[in-house]
Amino acid sequence: MLVSVLNGFAIGFLLFILAVGLSLVFGMMDVLNLAHGALFVGGAYLAAAFAGSWGGFLAALGIATAAGLAAGALLSLMTEPLRSRSHLDQALLTLGVAFVVAESLIIVFGDDPLSVPAPPGLDGSVSVLGVTYPAYRLLLIGIGAVLAVVVHLVVERTRVGALVRATVADREMVSTLGVDNRLVKVVVFAVGSALATTAGVLGGPIYGARPGLDATVLILALVVVVIGGLGSVRGALLGALIIGQVDTLGRVLLPELASFVLFAALALVLVLRPQGILGGMGVRAR
Amino acid sequence: MTAVQTLPVADQPAPPSVLRRGLPGAVAVVVLVVLAAAPLFLAPFATTTLTRIVVFGLFAVSLDLLVGVTGLPSLGHAGYFGAGAYAAGWVSINVTAEAPIPLLVGALMGAVAAALTGWITVRTGGVFFLMLTLAIGETLTQLANSWESLTGGANGLTGVPSVRIGGAPLVNAGFLYWYVLVVALLGFVVVWLVARSPWGAALRGIRDNEPRMRALGYPTALYKYAVFVLAGGVAGVAGSLLVAQARLVTPADLGFLTSSFALLAVVIGGAGSLWGAVLGAAVVVLVRETLGPSLDGHGPLVLGVVFVVVVYLLPRGAAGLRWSRRRST
Repeated sequence: MLVSVLNGFAIGFLLFILAVGLSLVFGMMDVLNLAHGALFVGGAYLAAAFAGSWGGFLAALGIATAAGLAAGALLSLMTEPLRSRSHLDQALLTLGVAFVVAESLIIVFGDDPLSVPAPPGLDGSVSVLGVTYPAYRLLLIGIGAVLAVVVHLVVERTRVGALVRATVADREMVSTLGVDNRLVKVVVFAVGSALATTAGVLGGPIYGARPGLDATVLILALVVVVIGGLGSVRGALLGALIIGQVDTLGRVLLPELASFVLFAALALVLVLRPQGILGGMGVRAR
Repeated sequence: MTAVQTLPVADQPAPPSVLRRGLPGAVAVVVLVVLAAAPLFLAPFATTTLTRIVVFGLFAVSLDLLVGVTGLPSLGHAGYFGAGAYAAGWVSINVTAEAPIPLLVGALMGAVAAALTGWITVRTGGVFFLMLTLAIGETLTQLANSWESLTGGANGLTGVPSVRIGGAPLVNAGFLYWYVLVVALLGFVVVWLVARSPWGAALRGIRDNEPRMRALGYPTALYKYAVFVLAGGVAGVAGSLLVAQARLVTPADLGFLTSSFALLAVVIGGAGSLWGAVLGAAVVVLVRETLGPSLDGHGPLVLGVVFVVVVYLLPRGAAGLRWSRRRST
């Protein structure tokens, strides 16, 4: 039981790192980035290529962050010409990009699932309240909690964060005040994508790296964002922790129907609170 | 999908002349004759590819009813396609493969699956609809993967017998093609009639401005739910044709890739244009089957590039190239 709860937290914090970028990009920019899952898998393959030593693991983290920033900025520029077109066109564009990225990764790394070893010293287990538990997952919970606090502080307590929240609330008004929307968009897109690739590296030792993983994590991230509410950091955290618990508990108790448990949670939230648990007012109105 | 598609009515040219009105009909007849005669002068392998195109075309048309006509972009439509395929395959193995039975079971299964999941999806619109259908499609895929006693798990449902008509199994590729073609045409005609009916006009109204349609007194949620179930049923028919042709169903047939390829077909052809969806389906199948092997099975790479190019260069698909004057079917 305790193991399942801890697993739920580990998955939950990982999902938060993944989903908060997706949530901010959609909440602020109205772009549903369907390439988000492919970015995660890119990070996972980087981890598979480098991991094994601490140096390799940190190198993978560094490269993934840099690549994520670049990819996010590129995606932001690619969606710019579609700004006046429908949401669907932007979603389709990122879907096409997701195909290209995922297929390129398969061409480079092959079809077979790759496992990613945890960094040395963390690949063992430790004793938590009488049960043994993988040390790496504990570290993941710690990293996730720290990142959650950092993202929360940046968004809620800094000038840049105020700008981000203002853009979520009313984009036109912010641009009327003389802020270059496109710059804000590029930065948020880049940071959100970097978080996705980082999550891929961090999640490598848990999920491994394999074809098809991109769709799986994309769905999880979308469910988190829909449940938590779009454009809200706290919503993404709450949604991620809920889904982390629901998903792991579902897999333990009803292994055959685990995916239905996830869908049932989604349906329940949508029926009771269509804008998401912590969804803002303005988001649904679009 | 709203703002882009509304063309001002006043800009439309004068009523088409008799020649102009007769032309599409004549083209349709020629295309039909060519399609019907195709197996007589094609090699069996090419006939099989053509069969796949027709199956995928019907599937894309059912999706176009949602995406193009009603403005509901679905990324999980393959869930109903695959559900129909599994049901038809299961019935063929365990009960009977006699002609109309697998078809009807597939249609029923697709419609029931859509009815069970649709009540929640039609409460939303736009990108939320996209996300929800994506989640539903993936849920169905995982169900097909894990429910091994019924679906055969990751290996899929294998050993499906040939469809029988009057007791005789359809083994010949040409006969099978004619069977698929006739059923697909019936499905196409149903979708076409719906799109032309007052109901279809109301659906296009919902696509263009749902609040106004609601204000006019149309029960928009009910209309959307009904068209979602109908599209699921037609997708189920396409699924039963798939299993008649491939004699195999795998979880991939329900999955994200299949859904995306269908959406790509609709977008290539131009959302809202039913014949465009068939054309798009032909492009997708040809790229995947003829270009795929020469690229080591990396067809999705090409299709991803096609996706990006189409979004930039053909905002209204192939159907928008020449006849930009009309938006109806």
